Amino acid sequence: MDTPYEANFEQLLAKLLRAGVLLSAGVVCLGAILYLINAGGADAREHKVFKKEQPADLRTVEAVVTSALRLDGLAVIEVGLFLLVATPVARVAFSVYGFLRERDWVYVAMTLFVLAVLLYSLFFDAAH
Amino acid sequence: MTNLEFTLLVALGSLVAGFLGALTGLGGGVVIVPLLALVFGVDIHYAIGASLVSVIATSSGAAAAYVREGFTNVRIGMFLEVATTLGAIGGAHLAGLISGSGIAVVFGVVLLASAYLSGRHQDAPPAEGEPDPIAQRLRLDGEYPTPDGPHSYRVRRVPLGFAMMLFAGMLSGLLGIGSGAFKVLAMDHAMRIPFKVSTTTSNFMIGVTAAASAGIYFARGYIDPALAMPVMLGVLVGSLLGARVLTHAQPRVLRIVFALVIVAVGMQMIYKGLTGNL
Repeated sequence: MDTPYEANFEQLLAKLLRAGVLLSAGVVCLGAILYLINAGGADAREHKVFKKEQPADLRTVEAVVTSALRLDGLAVIEVGLFLLVATPVARVAFSVYGFLRERDWVYVAMTLFVLAVLLYSLFFDAAH
Repeated sequence: MTNLEFTLLVALGSLVAGFLGALTGLGGGVVIVPLLALVFGVDIHYAIGASLVSVIATSSGAAAAYVREGFTNVRIGMFLEVATTLGAIGGAHLAGLISGSGIAVVFGVVLLASAYLSGRHQDAPPAEGEPDPIAQRLRLDGEYPTPDGPHSYRVRRVPLGFAMMLFAGMLSGLLGIGSGAFKVLAMDHAMRIPFKVSTTTSNFMIGVTAAASAGIYFARGYIDPALAMPVMLGVLVGSLLGARVLTHAQPRVLRIVFALVIVAVGMQMIYKGLTGNL
C-alpha cells in the first residue's frame, strides 16, 4: 500500500511525464513548420531504401544542436525527439530520488540499474 | 509527391492508427509499422524507428492520467522495467543483425499473436493460497480504486512474470512497438494482477522500455526526423482522441473488426517478408 508521501510523489511523476510530452511535441511542431516552409514543396525525401548513415548535420548531438540553433527544421524536430526520449529517463532518475527519500534500498538499487541500462543505450555508439 | 503531401498523408494515417490503437487497447505501434511499410513503401528500419518514437509519446501521455487515478502500481512497474529494458537492449541489437525481411516475418507473427491475445478472456481468477515470498519482499501487493471502494490484490509467480517481461522487452526493441499485449499477458495471466492494474502499469512501463532501445535506434540511423515527426504527432493526437471516446463507449464490435484487420495485415507482413518484397 502507498504511504501519503508515495502517493504525492506519484502525482509529481505524472506531472513530469505530461510536461515532457507537451514540451517535446511543441518543439517537434515548431521544427515541422520550419521544415515544411523550407522544404515542403520539394520532392519527398527518400524512405524506401535504408541508408546506414544520417546526413552529416544530424549525425551527432553537437551537430544537431548547432543546426537547430540555425533553425534548420529537421534538426529542431530531432531536438524535440531527444526531449521525448529524455522524458521517461527523467522519470526513472526522479524515482531514484523518491526511493532514496523512503530509504527503500532494494528499489534504489533496482532503479539505478534501470537508469544505467538507459544511459548505456543513449551513449551507445554504432561505430564500435 | 512533395514533402508536404507525404507529411500530411503520413500524419493522417498515424492519427487513424493512434485512434484505433487507443480504442482497442492494442496500441498504435502494431498498426503504424505495417502502414508505413506496406502502404507508403517505407524501409522497415525507418518504420520501426518512427513507431518507437510514437510509442514513447503515447505511453508517457496516457501514463500521466492513469498514475493520477491510482490504478498504476509504480513498484511493480519499476521492478519489471529491469527485465523489459534489458530485453529491449537485446532486441535493438538483434534488429541490427537480422534482415528487413526477417523483421517483417517476426512482426507478422507478433501481429497474429496480438490479435489472439486481444480476444481472450480478460479476467484471470483471483489469486488464492499462500502469498508469494518475492512479492512480499518487494512489497508488490497493492490496491486499486473500484466503485465499491479500494480493492486489494496479491501478486503471484513473480519469476515467471519477470521472464515473460524479458521477452516482451526484446520484442519492443526488435520491432519498435510497445508490446503492451505481451506485458499485460505477463501481468494479468502469469502474475494474477487485476486487468485494470495490468493494463495501466503496462502503459507506464512502455515509455521506459522504448527509451532503452531509442538510443541504439538513433545511433543506427533508424529514426529519420522527417518521417518520425508526422508519425509522432499523428499517433499522439489520435490516441488522445481515442482515449476520450473510450470512456463513453464499449467498442466490442470494433475490437473484433480490428482484430480481423490485424490478422490480415500480419499475414501480409509474413508473406511479403518471405517473398523478399519488403
